[in-house]
Amino acid sequence: MLAQLLRRDLAQFFPFTGSGAALPVVFFVAVAMLFPFAVGPDANLMLKTGGGVVWIAALLAAILPLEKLVAGDIALGFFDQLRLRGFAEEAMMAVRLLAHWLSFGPPLLLATFPAAALLKIEGETFDILLLGLLAGTPGLAAIGLMIAALTASLRAGAALSGLLLIPLALPILIFGAGALARQDVASIGFVGAISLALVAIAPFAAGAAIRAAREG
Amino acid sequence: MQAANPSLIAENLACRRGERLLFRRLSFALAPGAACHVTGANGAGKTTLIRALAGLTKPYAGEVRREGALALLDERSGLDPDLPLARSLAFWFGLDSVADPAAIMARLRLETLAEVPVGYLSTGQRKRAALARVIGQNAAVWLLDEPLSGLDTASQDLVSTLVCEHCESGGIALIASHQPLDVPGMTSFAIEDFAPAEAEA
Repeated sequence: MLAQLLRRDLAQFFPFTGSGAALPVVFFVAVAMLFPFAVGPDANLMLKTGGGVVWIAALLAAILPLEKLVAGDIALGFFDQLRLRGFAEEAMMAVRLLAHWLSFGPPLLLATFPAAALLKIEGETFDILLLGLLAGTPGLAAIGLMIAALTASLRAGAALSGLLLIPLALPILIFGAGALARQDVASIGFVGAISLALVAIAPFAAGAAIRAAREG
Repeated sequence: MQAANPSLIAENLACRRGERLLFRRLSFALAPGAACHVTGANGAGKTTLIRALAGLTKPYAGEVRREGALALLDERSGLDPDLPLARSLAFWFGLDSVADPAAIMARLRLETLAEVPVGYLSTGQRKRAALARVIGQNAAVWLLDEPLSGLDTASQDLVSTLVCEHCESGGIALIASHQPLDVPGMTSFAIEDFAPAEAEA
């Protein structure tokens, strides 16, 4: 049952399938492309700041899919129908989180290769960047899911979700980008720990949010 | 039917929308084979009642008891608007382990629409698609919220026939609609009869 749900959710959200848009990934690469134009092609400067730019791009790209992540299926009565078939809201949201990360994390990690090339990030810096994003994107996806579920029944939900994600994602950004500045793999452990905690909380918080949205 | 002896019982049910009490002291018991028609004007609380009976919202007071699986038809189809109808229905048919999806599609005259994205269907066509989903669920208890709205005469007759068949095979159907339905032996009540008097509200 859960596998069928995951397949459906992936078909919905994976780039280039269903309504899933490749926009976040394109946006992510576009930021990396614009940065050298803005600050000039100084290789030394780019190596120092490029990683931070990639992190900011990743964070902003995480906002883009939120609008459709939960609100559409609430309007569709999709979660209600699942509930009648015995699914718990927490299970629906856990599956949604996995589908959201799969359709957002790995494409972003792949896009990090061209983005890093554009910013001339190489060697150990690149490894730390990629590892950091791998550890951080599940956390970003979890924050995104919680926000999407909480704001789904609000009229200005989409605009609000962007505003809400930025402060909540700060710890991930600080440790993730901090690892780059200090060339220190250890703080990626912190990023992973934050992500893990967020991933553990998200299905429960988001599940409670869509239950509450029914009463509204 | 999934349950051998389905039942749907409401006891002293009261529901609110926002701060307003819509109905109170609503009680009924539906036994296997029973069909019940809930009438009422727009905004009287039919949808609120259906959602409370489905267990999707908590009633303000009272209790709902149910035996048997439940299928719900409301104004939201639950079908992905971007997908072709057949694929969109296939998800629910898969969850409900439907043996013969084609037969259900044919019954609701949906075969020719199989490749049309759900978003392009008309209101009536989408309602028929949602009915296909309900039938595929093979649940003992049907809650139908305005099943006739948007349907042409032939499809309205089909809904009556489907409800008759469902009840004849021991199922329960509760239909909220402001339009008349042709189902023999169907009981009926108006939700306005349970609306609070002005002084209470």
